[in-house]
Amino acid sequence: MRVKVLSRNPDDYIRETKQDLQRVPRNYDPALHPFEVPREYVRALNATKLERVFAKPFLASLDGHRDGVNCMAKHPQSLSTVLSGACDGEVKIWNLTKRECIRTLQAHEGFVRGICTRFCGTSFFTVGDDKTVKQWKMEGPGYGGKEEPLHTILGKTLYTGIDHHWKEAVFATCGHQVDIWDEQRNSPICSLTWGVDSISSVKFNPIETHLLGSCASDRNIVLYDMRQSTPLKKVILDMRTNTLCWNPMEAFIFTSANEDHNLYTFDMRFLDSSVMVHMDHVSAVLDVDYSPTGKEFVSASFDKSVRIFPVDKGHSREVYHTKRMQHVITVKWTSDNKYILCGSDEMNIRLWKANASEKLGVLVPRERAAMNYNQKLKEKFQHHPQIKRIARHRHLPKPIYNQAKELRIMREARRRKELNRRKHSKPGSLPFVSEKKKHIVAVVK
Amino acid sequence: MIGCGGRERKNLARSWRLHAVQALRMEAVAGSRAHGGSAGGGKKKKMTKKLQRYWEGPPPPDTPAGAPSKAKRRHNEKTRPRAGAEGSLQARKVLHGSEAAGQISGKRDPFPGAAPLPQHKVKKFQRGQKSQLAEVSSQRLRDHLALLEQKVELAVQQAARMELLLPEEPGFLEGDPGEDTCTIAQADIAEAADIASATKHFELTLNQFGPYRMDYTRPGRHLLLGGRRGHVAALDWQTKSLLCEINVMETVTDVTWLHTENMFAVAQRRWLYVYDNQGVELNCLKRFNGVLRMEFLPYHFLLATASETGFLQYLDISVGKEVATICTRGGRLGVMGQNPANAIIHLGHSNGTVTLWSPNIKEPLVRMLCHRGGVRAVAVDSSGMYMATSGLDRKLHIYDLRAYQPVQSLVLPVGAGHLSFSQRGLLAATCGEVVQVYRDVPMQPPHKPYLSHTLPWTAHGLRFCPFEDVLGVGHGSGFTSLLVPGAGQANFDALENNPFRSRKQRQEWEVKALLEKIPSELITLDPGQLGQVDAITMEQKHHERVERLGFDPQAKPAFQPRRKLKGRSSAGSLLQRKRKVANEEQRTKIRKSLEQQQAAEQERKAAPRAQSSALDRFRK
Repeated sequence: MRVKVLSRNPDDYIRETKQDLQRVPRNYDPALHPFEVPREYVRALNATKLERVFAKPFLASLDGHRDGVNCMAKHPQSLSTVLSGACDGEVKIWNLTKRECIRTLQAHEGFVRGICTRFCGTSFFTVGDDKTVKQWKMEGPGYGGKEEPLHTILGKTLYTGIDHHWKEAVFATCGHQVDIWDEQRNSPICSLTWGVDSISSVKFNPIETHLLGSCASDRNIVLYDMRQSTPLKKVILDMRTNTLCWNPMEAFIFTSANEDHNLYTFDMRFLDSSVMVHMDHVSAVLDVDYSPTGKEFVSASFDKSVRIFPVDKGHSREVYHTKRMQHVITVKWTSDNKYILCGSDEMNIRLWKANASEKLGVLVPRERAAMNYNQKLKEKFQHHPQIKRIARHRHLPKPIYNQAKELRIMREARRRKELNRRKHSKPGSLPFVSEKKKHIVAVVK
Repeated sequence: MIGCGGRERKNLARSWRLHAVQALRMEAVAGSRAHGGSAGGGKKKKMTKKLQRYWEGPPPPDTPAGAPSKAKRRHNEKTRPRAGAEGSLQARKVLHGSEAAGQISGKRDPFPGAAPLPQHKVKKFQRGQKSQLAEVSSQRLRDHLALLEQKVELAVQQAARMELLLPEEPGFLEGDPGEDTCTIAQADIAEAADIASATKHFELTLNQFGPYRMDYTRPGRHLLLGGRRGHVAALDWQTKSLLCEINVMETVTDVTWLHTENMFAVAQRRWLYVYDNQGVELNCLKRFNGVLRMEFLPYHFLLATASETGFLQYLDISVGKEVATICTRGGRLGVMGQNPANAIIHLGHSNGTVTLWSPNIKEPLVRMLCHRGGVRAVAVDSSGMYMATSGLDRKLHIYDLRAYQPVQSLVLPVGAGHLSFSQRGLLAATCGEVVQVYRDVPMQPPHKPYLSHTLPWTAHGLRFCPFEDVLGVGHGSGFTSLLVPGAGQANFDALENNPFRSRKQRQEWEVKALLEKIPSELITLDPGQLGQVDAITMEQKHHERVERLGFDPQAKPAFQPRRKLKGRSSAGSLLQRKRKVANEEQRTKIRKSLEQQQAAEQERKAAPRAQSSALDRFRK
């Protein structure tokens, strides 16, 4: 007779001293882990609930401006520095880690219309209502020294925006036309116009650095190549585009913030149809900025809210608002992909987390592992109705909620009317036009 | 352990030889190619002799071009076997890498590449089916799914490799040639086993308050005894230390542990009581009266009770709420079992039927006619695939719960009064005072039991101890703990059930378990259903969307022939091209339906005649 009976030596399973870690022998045999799917589902549900519990995105409010914040710029080298220009011509430089203003200068008379930093981070440019372009040093003057610009250009017309080239000593301003300037000269290298209109914003492409995009008040978006003397092409939309932002990862993609409450993502090669229409705002969208990963962007709106959209989704994943935040005029996504800054009418700059429920600070490895596991679970069960409902739920201020409801009713009525009209007309005489094409009036080359 | 290791090594050696042959074949091809190349550029090489650097490896053997070198090289290759050289690109890369590594350290890896994994080990960890990538329409989704598949594959392989590191081996019992294992007495087993195991065979003589019902905790450390005449005792049976001992002064019909060894439930003559491990009464549940049998569903924190008035009740013990009360209309419910794989309660009735219940539905999910007389005992194995039932007709049936078909049937002399499955699939049955243990019952009808033992009195309760080779039997004069080698899982998962857990570990486990308590609404016959695609809702949603929009946004656009060169895009040829596409679609449709028809016909033909019943003639 041969016999072996299970007999475990407790020394192999119990820690030797109290200082040791407990021994945790694992066996991954599925027979020992029944109800795999239901248990994972419950875990995913808990993780989703906890995510909503921990969603506290508001970090700080930077106050100090004496008028509405009109424009902001990121420092290209330092994560903790951000610049802002206000409607009274004041420019402030902020330290985000200390959450305080480190320098204030009276840059212009009237509005500071645009602000941008040089790619090296040693100086920055501002344009204002006093028809000047000024270049400033990033470091302030020594004790007792006077705040004076490095360089001032007196222009003939009003400038409404400015952006610097990503690699060369060239910048572009916009106003009645798009001017491209050499830093060393007092007159533009070239001026680009297409029709008579006022241009509200101009942006350099961060990858294909010779390309520019601008939006004008006659409802069009115009693309330029710096190497040519004439514009490339333009697309005319239903309503005015306020600003645009290039995708930092895909050279040919840009997103425009439109007056008709929507954002339109375009592929610059195929302008006859937008790649995606992002709708959720209930008022004009005033500013947009991409995350450095190029997967998401943040938009600021006149409806007193900030929304975060995935590039490939039609609706926002997140909405930020507070009781005190007024019309948000400018917004920036920081270069470490972690924070969002928004400047609004009531003179404050607000700092938000880009991921509302993220824990800041250093994570213990176990904490990180648990976080990753929960993330994966949420992803796996995201389509289950209960989990989807909890993950999607956001509280909205009453005005936005009611406005959204009203817009939904209007859209529904329009759709119903179109359906009826189609029903009573000759088949094929009323073609279906997708939302992506509906708002595009024409493309001109 | 050693024996198994040896077998492993043998397998390795075989595959190693196989690879060596393949490597040789490939080397021969590569060698001839290399030889051709060197013949072309041979002259130049001789003229400028390159300086040898150590990082470039040792100089290639000076081979005078021709046949002898080839033979020599082949000989060399034979002495140096390589695995994973199937000629694929990856294999070649591995080969190259290992070669370089070998040259730096001066030694060659005799078993390059990953160790081979036997298929049966991998299969154990595979779940569900692979996604059909070819059927996915979107390229993006296809890539995503392919990546997921890759990850799943890796996880499965790693889990299978992990098997090797498990510390314990399951027990076994083998008789001498010509000796039946069922003739081996418990005393002999205890004597042959080690001292620690021998202490696990013991008998408690408690002939005052008998017959005893009993239950083990899920880690298998603690034992609960309940005598019919009111004696309730909880003990750590391995150290034989008593937790508490009380007499409830009332008839006790059943006892069960709740989620930890801190609480247990006792079904008494009138009501259900909950006690803690000190014997203090925590709760008296008067809504649960006349309970005859209880089952605790550990992952749902539900206590299912079956009463003499035919009510099946579920109590959520984490919040103390009654989840469901079901009138089974099945008479006195003295037979109950749970399916550990899907938490379905099996009830045996006096009319020979077994019914399956979930708390969400007031009707039985399944009603099976299992016996000609009443049902005496029901047990379901740990995989949830097989159910054993015994009835007054003295038969023991094994049912396949996937098809609800009987697979095995045997007649026992007195009929089995109690049944229990062990973790590794042994089936214990009590016939009067004889306890018999069967092995591999679902696979083949056993002509002899694996083990047999005679008790001093008729058995009244029967449970295998989890993670131990122990079978506990409660009977008229106490409790007997029997050694059944090969019954328990050898390796436990400490995050699930840890027999050696400390107090702190138990507390942590309790919090975790409560956090992931599965709601009772999720109890269904197939617990994996939650992870599947809900095609019905999806279709319904799509249908609603089409109705709302007035058109199908996912519809395939009509074929629009591309404009071709001058003359080839005439109206006639355009029409022809359109027709060709339309015909092709039609053809594939017809082909598919034909294939389906043929497959159905073949299936009908292949089905054995024996299973057809007389009612088949009314089938279409």
